[in-house]
Amino acid sequence: MTKRRMAAALAFLACGVLLALLPALQPPAFYETFLYLIFFWVALATSWNLISGYAGYFSFGHAAFFGSGVYTTATLTSKYAVPFLVTLPLAGLVAALLGCGIGLVVFRVRGVRGELFALLTLAITFVLATIVLNTPIDGGPGVFLAAVPVPAWLGSSHATLYLLSLIVALGSVATAFAVQSSRWGTGLFAIRDDEDVGEVLGVPTYRYKVLAFAVSCFIAGVVGGIYALFVTYVTVPDVFSIGLAVDAIMMAALGGTRSWIGPAIGAAIVSGLTQTLTGGQSAILNRALIGAVLIVVIVFLPDGVAGGLARWGRRPRSTLAAVTVTTASVPARQQQANGMPLLRCSEVRKAFRGLQALTGVTLEARAGEILGLIGPNGSGKSTLINVISGYYQADFGRITFDGQEITRVEGHRIAGLGLSRTYQIPRSCRRLTVLDNVALSAMFGVPALGREAARSEARSWLGFTGLAAKADALPAELNLHERKFLDLARALAAQPRLILMDEVLSGLTPAQMVGAVALVRKIRAQGTTVIFVEHIMSAVIDLADRIVVLAGGQVLAEGLPRDVMRDPAVIRAYLGRAYA
Amino acid sequence: MPSPTLIGQALLAGLFTGGLYALLGLGLSLTWGLLRLINLVNFALAFLGAYLTYHIATAWRFDPFLTLAIVVPAFFVLGVVLQLGFLRFEIHELTSLIVTFGLTVILESLIQWIWTADFRRLETPYARSTLKLGTLFVGVTGLMGFVAAAALTLSTWAWLRWSYLGKAVRASAEDGAMAAAFGVDRRRVALLLSGLSAAYAAVAGLFIAMSHTLAPSQIYAWMGVVFAAVIIGRLGNALGLFTAAIFIAASEALTMAVTSPGWAPLVSFTLLIVVLLLRPEL
Repeated sequence: MTKRRMAAALAFLACGVLLALLPALQPPAFYETFLYLIFFWVALATSWNLISGYAGYFSFGHAAFFGSGVYTTATLTSKYAVPFLVTLPLAGLVAALLGCGIGLVVFRVRGVRGELFALLTLAITFVLATIVLNTPIDGGPGVFLAAVPVPAWLGSSHATLYLLSLIVALGSVATAFAVQSSRWGTGLFAIRDDEDVGEVLGVPTYRYKVLAFAVSCFIAGVVGGIYALFVTYVTVPDVFSIGLAVDAIMMAALGGTRSWIGPAIGAAIVSGLTQTLTGGQSAILNRALIGAVLIVVIVFLPDGVAGGLARWGRRPRSTLAAVTVTTASVPARQQQANGMPLLRCSEVRKAFRGLQALTGVTLEARAGEILGLIGPNGSGKSTLINVISGYYQADFGRITFDGQEITRVEGHRIAGLGLSRTYQIPRSCRRLTVLDNVALSAMFGVPALGREAARSEARSWLGFTGLAAKADALPAELNLHERKFLDLARALAAQPRLILMDEVLSGLTPAQMVGAVALVRKIRAQGTTVIFVEHIMSAVIDLADRIVVLAGGQVLAEGLPRDVMRDPAVIRAYLGRAYA
Repeated sequence: MPSPTLIGQALLAGLFTGGLYALLGLGLSLTWGLLRLINLVNFALAFLGAYLTYHIATAWRFDPFLTLAIVVPAFFVLGVVLQLGFLRFEIHELTSLIVTFGLTVILESLIQWIWTADFRRLETPYARSTLKLGTLFVGVTGLMGFVAAAALTLSTWAWLRWSYLGKAVRASAEDGAMAAAFGVDRRRVALLLSGLSAAYAAVAGLFIAMSHTLAPSQIYAWMGVVFAAVIIGRLGNALGLFTAAIFIAASEALTMAVTSPGWAPLVSFTLLIVVLLLRPEL
């Protein structure tokens, strides 16, 4: 823990203690209510942000999780006389279980992202509201809780509710901070930018999402439990309202969704404004004013208040300092017995609806070799890479890596075994710098480094691929060839035993090609086995120890480059019958 | 089990309500699907349109349908102006939600300031007239709303599918830079779409005024179900939206008739969840 972080933690605690002592001064009830509502929104907006801001899964249904907490506490206290404080963790638990259950199903479906996830959570709100409304949980008239005893801390039951909401608000902000500084948070940010890339780099995306959703729902549930006794009368339309979710979203976006403190800032601003402005004579005008404030802030601070502050506070970087050209002194890995089969595909098949992309591929890559994978367009090369790396599941057949079966293994586990890939069309996390993109791989790949160690490891790989000067740029600022090398650096930072390169060389100038060919040789010299897909025949013949030719989704020929190139079947596949 | 007449009447009611959902959702679907802007203002505009219709029809004794001649062009201009602002400040998907929510709140305040928070009801000669179809009673207002929704949906769909301008709009939505390289003026496309969406809101407003009691807070009441219809129908797909809207409204009406009104949302939204999980790529 750095000094600055220590200071921040202390300031945070001091703030909490000061606010906690407020009821002892016995201020007018107005202040307690005012602050209670701010804490309420701070906790809700922060909770929303854990799944939606960090992981990018936009929840429109936080009212459902909040509401399940409200009705858990309401039912337990009013019908079963369970002490109020006991019901709070239960309220959180019920909401978390609900979220967990939804997450376990929904996060399995690759297509439910973005607006579809938003809709799904919205629908869950309606379904839950209907069930609560039509069953004895509520039944229609609402639940009265005025008679439920609330312990009096610091003198009154109001103070208790105030303190509870303070604790939950601080707790949720601290949780958000802890998540953001952890591997988990880094993984969630990768999921938000490009989930598939994250999985291939070794981020356990499914587990991370379910966990984040559960924590987010837990907080919403506890907030709901406290709310139930704050209002003492709960009704379905009030509790399961879309407005609640919309407000939380708005606050988080206003404050900044990529920051742990952003949602809290947004909540304080909106809730503070709403409360000060909507009372009194000019209520209508003031409501319009809130609308105007929202518009103005978001127009001038598109990344939210926290994003704006961060940009303002960032000192101009000396870009020169970043250019440290390391001459590729990369640790040599343990050598595998060269020539032993490392990757083995047998009878691998994959179909997309009617299209049979792979019709039974059997091939092997031996440790320490450079294997060229060639074939006409549409022959299934990229599909094979996608199947091996775990992005697609094979319909049939077996794939083993170093003797271990990886046919139906999740992508991040395959990455953890030491298998990396690049993309034909480069993909990267667009909101992370080039350096952090590569560091992500060192964090979640074989080395499993901490964040700082991963960064310095990443620097050496950027040097290796000639991107050191671009370390602080965003991927969008690179040209296509640089983005391909970013993909490569990222794959290498995972310290793989086998790397799958999908057309890294195409599009290079002849001079760049010479350097790139040397680079691939160097990668092999470090003990990494290479499978590369390429159309540039001179490079393939130059580099490959062996060649496998795919055509029509199966292996057409394999062997030494010179032999394969003379095979009439191969010539026919590439150039047509006339040339064979 | 309720009688066939009751079921038929319920389905008819669902058909008409669905038409209204589709009218309200059309603008949202187009701007969200084709401009990547989640435009909540549509809901506020529809109610502003409804109030304008109410005002013009009661104060100036216009036929409600004639008010369209004033409100539709005015709203088209309003939509264009809005889009100019969005373009000027480079509003994107997430921020659009907040900005348009802010605008919605402002419009709501405006409505409340002019017409107060009291309930308003437009009395028209159409409201009481019904047709008899076998054993079923068909409300003329509802029927007209449904026909208008169907006509707008079909023409929008056909326009997007077959006309050059429609193809330009779709190309621009799929890959803006590429469409621009082939000569599509993205700016004008965006302005046109936004204007159209606002004009659709005006039409929706007319039928809301003719069939529902107005209150400023009602702006938010329709959001959930219309959002659902827009997304089930696929963003930017007018025909899909129309089908989804009818489906949702009909299943709601049917549930109300068969069980109690309270259970209505359960069927449509459970179906929605199932559809999403089984066929997310739809």
